[in-house]
Amino acid sequence: MEKVLMKGNEAIAEAAIRAGCKGYFSYPITPQSEIAEYMVRHLPEAGGVFLQGESEVAVGYMVLGAAGCGERVMTSSSGPGISLMSESLSFLAAQQCPAVIVNIMRTGPGLGGILPSQADYFQATKGGGHGDFRLLVLAPSSIQEAVEMVMEGFPLAEKYRNPVMILGDGLIGQMMEPVSFPEHLITRPSNKDAWAANGMDTRNSDKRNVLKSLSLDPDEMHEHNKSLQEKYDRMRRNEIRYKAYNLDTDYELLITCFGIMARVCGTVVDKLKEEGIEVGMIRPQSLFPFPEEAIRQAASKTGCKQVLCVELNMGQMVEDVEKAVQGACPVTWYGNAGGAIPPPKEIIAHIHSLLNR
Amino acid sequence: MGKAFKKAEALSDRPTHYCPGCTHGVIHRMVGEVIDELGIRGKTVGVAPVGCSVLAHEYFEFDFMEAAHGRAPAVATGIKRVRPDLNVFTYQGDGDLASIGTAEIIHAANRGEKITAVFVNNAIYGMTGGQMAPTTMPGQRTTTSPFGRNVHDVGMPMRVSELLSALETPAYIAREAVIKPKYIMKAKRAIKKAFQYQMEGKCFSLVELVSICPTNWGMTPQNSVKWAEEILLLYYKPGEYKLPEEM
Repeated sequence: MEKVLMKGNEAIAEAAIRAGCKGYFSYPITPQSEIAEYMVRHLPEAGGVFLQGESEVAVGYMVLGAAGCGERVMTSSSGPGISLMSESLSFLAAQQCPAVIVNIMRTGPGLGGILPSQADYFQATKGGGHGDFRLLVLAPSSIQEAVEMVMEGFPLAEKYRNPVMILGDGLIGQMMEPVSFPEHLITRPSNKDAWAANGMDTRNSDKRNVLKSLSLDPDEMHEHNKSLQEKYDRMRRNEIRYKAYNLDTDYELLITCFGIMARVCGTVVDKLKEEGIEVGMIRPQSLFPFPEEAIRQAASKTGCKQVLCVELNMGQMVEDVEKAVQGACPVTWYGNAGGAIPPPKEIIAHIHSLLNR
Repeated sequence: MGKAFKKAEALSDRPTHYCPGCTHGVIHRMVGEVIDELGIRGKTVGVAPVGCSVLAHEYFEFDFMEAAHGRAPAVATGIKRVRPDLNVFTYQGDGDLASIGTAEIIHAANRGEKITAVFVNNAIYGMTGGQMAPTTMPGQRTTTSPFGRNVHDVGMPMRVSELLSALETPAYIAREAVIKPKYIMKAKRAIKKAFQYQMEGKCFSLVELVSICPTNWGMTPQNSVKWAEEILLLYYKPGEYKLPEEM
């Protein structure tokens, strides 16, 4: 397959176009504005619609309207903008509208900075909006993977009638790598006649469709929440993704990490092996649903004395890792929340101290 | 003898939850009749707000979406942009449109979104129990202005039609009233015009409808009509504020 050298943000935009995105709404924010700048030039050529909204608040609802009439839609932003979209994410989940949301993370909280970060793990996986809902969250560690996750994101969103979030660190958006756009990931939009509010004539139907989330009846409200939870349970059964590395050895320590940190930690595993120290690694690709079982098993393996979660934040995924490990061994965190990416030697030094070497 | 009157097909048979004396029913009927007259029920998508008309989708017989408080124009924008062939309207009250949703309505109007906003102004928050709105009149008592709206503290009431008419983008902006039959016929003509402009792909359109809220005003319906005519209509003057320019 032909490979092209592309910047992450532009590759994400191109992937969405190839995946049949028909509406893209956004508001400028660093470090993801290139997605919009690419979309405005190329999406209309492909028969889609580009619109810059007045705020991320409005953009979230433009996505709701367009997704609600059954079209494939996407938006992209970064932490502060996703905060403003949180209200609409809750509505998208409640009204069961499929959409792809890209978050190219910057440091936080508040305005934070524009350097690479994984500060929005909690925001992405623990709701980021009111009420009981989940996003299906995928975290790429390369631009190729970001492309594939975006292309798969549209059919996944349709399969579950739920927003899918692509959670990329700033580096995923800003660096350049060779990428290809796999033909087999190009899918046809699903038929949405059963629920899309796209005008009865569109469906040749006398039955109207209403997308709503208001339930004043307690039983109806509880049933709605139960059906959403059943959907999230289906995701837990079917959509867990992770990559394991060096787990077939007698490792003393297990690293967990996601996104760009997996690139650094892969090098850490290789270098420690040269020193005679075996370290295993698990990288969740889906952050929700979370690969709890895989991490529990890897942490419970004989010889594994501890788990180290390496993140570009002050320790967020580590809480899910602790929950997964269930006390099988100690779990600690290492990382940086300033926007600097810890180099392999720094992580190796930390592991030396953990293992008393 | 033929039938002299029948309910619009665009209206449902469900009984409404509105209070006695409320004018939402009149406005729903006008919107339903206009949609029937234009024959666009099958290509219409309504966007319901948050407020008394949050359940508006129950009272019409065509596709509908709910929006969060104030966000209906953004939802309508999303629908219309990907499906320009559809007829899309928002139905919003003054708390929804003139307070929490000012950014969304101003920018939808300024971009010239080919949507219609049916804006019901009764100078108070109804659903939440009668709080002060940006449209509440000076001295008007509400649960959050118990001594009357103090304009030195919270400013004068906001005139949405005048505000939006200051925008350059071609638009149809009209204010009518629904408090007496003589106003109602004009109001219906304005709503029809707004939808027609949308169908012709001409412009953004908004029809503000001065309404009454006897329950939260603490007045009888008769006194509410009198107060609306003597106080509200002097400040919120009916008329066509903006007509689309020839393009």
